[in-house]
Amino acid sequence: MKNLIMNRINQKLKEDKKLLSIYFTAGYPDINDTTTVIQNLEKNGVDMIEIGLPFSDPLADGPTIQASSTKALHNGMTSELLFEQLKDIRKSVSIPLIIMGYFNPMFQFGVEAFCNRCQEVGIDGLIIPDLPVDVYNDQYKDIFEKYGLINVLLITPQTSDDRIRFIDSVSDGFIYMVSSASVTGSSSGFGNEQTDYFERIASMNLKNPQIIGFGISDNETFTQATKYAKGAIIGSAFIKHITNYSISSISNFTDKIKQSD
Amino acid sequence: MKETYNINEKGYYGEFGGAYIPEMLYPNVEELRQNYLKIMAEPSFQKEFHALLKDYVGRPSPLYFAQRLSEKYNTKIYLKREDLNHTGAHKINNTVGQILMAQRLGKTRIIAETGAGQHGVATATVCALMGIECVVYMGEKDIARQAPNVARMKMLGAKVVPALSGSRTLKDATNEAMRDWINNPVNTHYIVGSVVGPHPFPDMVARFQAIVSEEIKSQLLEKEGTENPDYLIACVGGGSNAAGTYYHYLDNETVKIIAVEAAGLGIDSGESAATSVLGKEGIIHGSKTLLMQTKDGQITEPYSISAGLDYPGVGPMHANLYKTGRAEFIAITDDEAMTAGLELSQLEGIIPAIETSHALAIFEHKTFKPNDIIVLNLSGRGDKDLQNYIDYFKL
Repeated sequence: MKNLIMNRINQKLKEDKKLLSIYFTAGYPDINDTTTVIQNLEKNGVDMIEIGLPFSDPLADGPTIQASSTKALHNGMTSELLFEQLKDIRKSVSIPLIIMGYFNPMFQFGVEAFCNRCQEVGIDGLIIPDLPVDVYNDQYKDIFEKYGLINVLLITPQTSDDRIRFIDSVSDGFIYMVSSASVTGSSSGFGNEQTDYFERIASMNLKNPQIIGFGISDNETFTQATKYAKGAIIGSAFIKHITNYSISSISNFTDKIKQSD
Repeated sequence: MKETYNINEKGYYGEFGGAYIPEMLYPNVEELRQNYLKIMAEPSFQKEFHALLKDYVGRPSPLYFAQRLSEKYNTKIYLKREDLNHTGAHKINNTVGQILMAQRLGKTRIIAETGAGQHGVATATVCALMGIECVVYMGEKDIARQAPNVARMKMLGAKVVPALSGSRTLKDATNEAMRDWINNPVNTHYIVGSVVGPHPFPDMVARFQAIVSEEIKSQLLEKEGTENPDYLIACVGGGSNAAGTYYHYLDNETVKIIAVEAAGLGIDSGESAATSVLGKEGIIHGSKTLLMQTKDGQITEPYSISAGLDYPGVGPMHANLYKTGRAEFIAITDDEAMTAGLELSQLEGIIPAIETSHALAIFEHKTFKPNDIIVLNLSGRGDKDLQNYIDYFKL
């Protein structure tokens, strides 16, 4: 576990600020956009990046990320190609990089081979929504740690306190707090139900900081979420932005999110 | 410990099964896992389940000795007549069980996925029976192909929602149902239609379908003086009628098991649904099993003339039966199946579902001994497939 302390994610979590993390789908909108998007996000003051490895059947994602995943696969994105595109990424950026993807493509690549390649190109962590914490803990934790990778685990408003404590004990970076019972890209705005949940988690004094995702789309929801948590993750809203405009107008998006900073 | 082909305590059949689900689905699946065996064991549950199977579904389904078919292939063929069930297939055994389960879990809304529409109809039927809201997800392509079943579901009061993502067929309908369950984690029960999905679904569905092998045992004893046939034969898509046929015989290796998959236009044609041959170990819809996928782990779209067999995965029980060699897997093409369907119609006066026709095509593939006792699950009736048969044979 000691090699995770210097992990870029943990260094970033120590900074005295609220973190903005952005998700995008690798190979979207065009197959060769992956590294350009990463560089533009860092240039525009984003704190952390989730690189989405597209999957044919993304069952935790709503229509926006389903569509970007389908397009990226159609463009020819694969695990191998993603690692190839990222091989020199550490020459140009120092921002924490996380790969978010479903388990089957990693399983086919070979979990250890996948983790090894992650370390080689400078990936800091993984988010795998359909790899359950107990399977991770029993079978893969040692491999992730061997390659210096943080596995980011999810909690939801329905997760019991006992299970949150267990997930906290298995985590070594941050906990991904799913804001509400929904797939990604759902309607914006948080009601009392969400803020009660945010408060409940904040009062649990977990060892890992929390970053809130799902349903964050603008300055208002970002500000609301980061009142209770260390940071927030934006995915679908960012994908919509680069779909409607272009990857060269990323600053328009990030400036709006951070307008009151 | 004695080797078993049934599920173990951790929810695996050998190396297959488990619950590879996003945390958002964990509370629902865990609630079910903790309660399903307890609820199924309650005398009041058993009483209600069996009363409905008897008076509503029409069980026990007959075990029919197919005289002319047997003469033609010079062996002894019994057909387990699941086609005579209410709604025309084995699917209703499971939906009756799960609707009672949902009620006991306090759920007030039902969702389901459907491919050809048979499971959707069976779900809409039990929801109407119990007066519970029902939403069925169905691929946009399948909605166009299976208009009569869409109409049936609507007539029964269900809402049919098109799955517009991915390939717009069964696997995408399943994804949409899972997304719905993520969005509605408290009041909704997901009636999974086959022995697929995260544990405990494969085991629970197999247990509800196990009424089939339970009846075979007593019916065969009456007719042949033995509970044990030489062979059990069933078609396998996800594998629920097969699981029901094999269930009480899984660990009785004197009974040989044959699973028939859909080869589509041929195993090597690129248009096939023979998962055991073409699939590799992986994760689909929350279960570790064999599935058809690209080298990069993207799930591919299978093909079969039968809309009930074109699932890219297979239930983990069957993946284990294949891997261990407990079952013999045979792949049957569209043409072989259609021919067998016509043959049964004209030899026995029974028009089978095209899924079942795949199982029936076994007799052109494999020679049995005159004294062999064979039980084949006639899993569904062919009414829904008439247009396909008519088009194929230009009747």
